[in-house]
Amino acid sequence: MKKALIPFSLFIIMAGFLFKGLFLNPREVPSPLVGKPAPAFSLPRLDQPAKTFSPKDMLGQVWLFNVWASWCGACRDEHPLLVGLAKTGLVPVVGMDYKDTAAEAEQWLTERGNPYLLSAVDADGRVGIDYGVYGVPETYVIDKAGVIAYKQIGPVTLESLRDDILPLVKRLQAQ
Amino acid sequence: MIKKYLLSLASILLLAFTLQGMANEAQPLQSDAAVEAQVQRLATQLRCLVCQNQTLADSHAELAQDLLQEVREMAAKGMSDQAIIDYLVARYGDFVRYKPPLNKTTSLLWLGPFALLFLGGIGLLVMLRRRQAMQAELPLTAAETRQINELLK
Repeated sequence: MKKALIPFSLFIIMAGFLFKGLFLNPREVPSPLVGKPAPAFSLPRLDQPAKTFSPKDMLGQVWLFNVWASWCGACRDEHPLLVGLAKTGLVPVVGMDYKDTAAEAEQWLTERGNPYLLSAVDADGRVGIDYGVYGVPETYVIDKAGVIAYKQIGPVTLESLRDDILPLVKRLQAQ
Repeated sequence: MIKKYLLSLASILLLAFTLQGMANEAQPLQSDAAVEAQVQRLATQLRCLVCQNQTLADSHAELAQDLLQEVREMAAKGMSDQAIIDYLVARYGDFVRYKPPLNKTTSLLWLGPFALLFLGGIGLLVMLRRRQAMQAELPLTAAETRQINELLK
């Protein structure tokens, strides 16, 4: 009787690990950038290509940095949430239009609404590599000192906004 | 006659130059064989983060092409393999390396199989010992001895 318990308990332990594995997302690779200063860049703005945007323009405030593209399907899902968030005025959202064409990006924003304070244009994806972008959309929470506090891979959801991002933003804003 | 001949020669030359121009355009920065060898070597050691079970060398994802281009430029600047890997790890984390390094989070991955082998070995040893003890404890009965003697006669 006792002997039969050993393989059974081993099976239970393994099943426990496998069951946990069902709810893990292998796409969520922990970013080494969290806790580090946001990589510097200077990119043209989508609305005014003659002007540039640089992360240091946002020093002193907590902001969201959202990487998007008009060709990106999941961006479509999160876009209404971002538009809603922009209306509340809780936190400024800066976009980065990743490997996109200006005409398509402009049209996308006209059709679906523009939640962004402005969008920087990363046409060749170079700045994307500096930010470790590998699956658009990605969203970073950046604090007053310009340090990345959080990275969301994949679309922002109502849950992630309510449970993770907004509480963090509030905490950082109070600092 | 000669004029016609020269004309066709000129057009062949022109065509050759055009073709060469096109071939050069398709392969940016691939002139240096050493650099290309380094890029290929690194491409098999780095992971494409879009299609996670492929290396950069295997992957046709756009990001993989971009990363390869980045690696190629760094290699052309004379950066070492380690410096290039460190550059990518700083942005994408250890996951970008196809062969995970041995550190705190990966220790279970690296040492787990040896631990299991060790435990299995101990289990086997205990089992064999027990069996031996069991055999020693069971001497032949008188009837069995008689039977053996009968058979050996």
